[in-house]
Amino acid sequence: MARMKFLCDAERCIECNGCVTACKNENEVPWGVNRRRVVTLGDGEPGEKSISVACMHCTDAPCAAVCPVDCFYTTDDGIVLHDKDQCIGCGYCSYACPFGAPQYPQQSAFGVRGKMDKCTFCAGGPEEDNSEAEREKYGRNRIAEGKLPLCAEMCSTKALLAGDGDIVSGIYRERTLRRSDRPQTWGWDKAYGKS
Amino acid sequence: MTKQISSNKDSRLSRRKRMMGWSFLIMVLSVVLMPLGGYVYTDVISTANAADQTAESNPRANYWRAVRGGEEGYTDINRLEKNVLIQSAGENWRRLRNGAVATIGGYLVLISLLTILLYHLKSGGMKLDNGRSGKTITRWSIFDRIIHWTVASLFIILAITGLSMLFGRYVLIPVLGGDGFAAYASLAMAVHNYLGPLFVAVLVILILSWIKHNMINDNDIKWFKAGGGGIIGNQHVSCGRFNGGEKVWFWIVTLVGLTVGISGLILDFPNLEQVRSTMQNANLVHGALSIIWISIAFGHIYIGTLGSEGSLDGMLTGEVDENWAKQHHDLWYDEVMQDNDDMDVTGAKSSA
Ligand code: SF4
Ligand code: SF4
Repeated sequence: MARMKFLCDAERCIECNGCVTACKNENEVPWGVNRRRVVTLGDGEPGEKSISVACMHCTDAPCAAVCPVDCFYTTDDGIVLHDKDQCIGCGYCSYACPFGAPQYPQQSAFGVRGKMDKCTFCAGGPEEDNSEAEREKYGRNRIAEGKLPLCAEMCSTKALLAGDGDIVSGIYRERTLRRSDRPQTWGWDKAYGKS
Repeated sequence: MTKQISSNKDSRLSRRKRMMGWSFLIMVLSVVLMPLGGYVYTDVISTANAADQTAESNPRANYWRAVRGGEEGYTDINRLEKNVLIQSAGENWRRLRNGAVATIGGYLVLISLLTILLYHLKSGGMKLDNGRSGKTITRWSIFDRIIHWTVASLFIILAITGLSMLFGRYVLIPVLGGDGFAAYASLAMAVHNYLGPLFVAVLVILILSWIKHNMINDNDIKWFKAGGGGIIGNQHVSCGRFNGGEKVWFWIVTLVGLTVGISGLILDFPNLEQVRSTMQNANLVHGALSIIWISIAFGHIYIGTLGSEGSLDGMLTGEVDENWAKQHHDLWYDEVMQDNDDMDVTGAKSSA
């Protein structure tokens, strides 16, 4: 069974926000929620680096561990999903998550949170696959259609990869090997200097 | 001969009681202090990282170090903390909340209940030595009673709904099922969040109106030295309107209560733009102190009802039996009688 993973190549991401737009459009996420975002460190300085980040579908997910109503579940593909019918909007998962993935739409009076929303790896939710109810609450279920998340599919530089962990890391390993002329690479040059 | 045996037994008993007292104190302290362990942990990690940084200048390693350190960057999504890639403190919070707070806290509640049960089974509670006289004097004004019962009922509702958020997943989901518990939890959270600020308000009124009666004096020290005025051991100590135990409970309510209240208000209004670490810390303080408070409150509830005959009358009707007053608060009783004589009236007058 595949173990689904996202991987973002910081050497390739050009901060075009194509993934963010693709996700918003494909899943029609609630107003004010961004399931994916691009963060740039050292913006505008030489050596700036950008990463596209969303829910990373953790093994032993912190969000699931602290949820008081225990509404998270992990699919056979290792995708972390949750049941919006059970979510009470307590905010705990957003305190525990390292990536800032869980978000809350429709903040009403006194900042009362709505049902938590986060990236589903385009795998919908507990409702029947590709049903109207599922689409409305969780967005598209591309996994059930045999497709991968749209953010990665639309990435203009193929910095963002999504899919079976083994294949994704294989692609990345190959890339880094071909970058061996770069001075930052750990190897002969790093150890003994350029000869 | 028999006398010696019984006094021997008494001293062994009091030693055991003292040990129970100390272990209780140690437990309470560890619940308060252990959450702070997180700071030590993160401090160690961040100093270790800082040391690395100066020695190493590989740009990629530096980049990932900055990411792990929670450095802020730029993002088009203009909302709080969205410019941070990774916040590591959430994992600390998860370990402490699900670990120390839930485990030690759970045991604390159980141990408190068990101690009270054992005490009651053994002693049967304090009785009025001379029964009831039938004559009463006023102890609590209607204002005092309304405040007390408002705080008390809100406390119980908040305790039940609050404990449900921490333990419901383990205790109530097996009973109510996932959907059933979710429905209850959603109501419980709303109730907790709306009644919380009200509770803080009435708590402040209670503190302000009773603080003048609760200054600790020499007599209270004597009361404690006598083992809680005879709860432990049988020495009797003269005592005014409030004994040392009642005063300590007042100060627990004040200090713990205000801290729980403030941390609760921080958690209750997420629209004030608190960052995640603020919420994590507020949640730990709120949870740990609430559980300690609840465990101690069991003792207060016991003494006010089953544990001491005649005590509940005062909070229900405002009047206590004269024999109750003589037995537990003799100095206050004398004072009231003196006042009544001075005023030369037969009706009772509150000294409040
Ligand atoms: S929401 Fe956060 S903690 Fe939960 S699986 Fe996604 S990245 Fe991990
Ligand atoms: S916000 Fe919803 S999903 Fe998140 S921890 Fe609370 S109940 Fe669970």
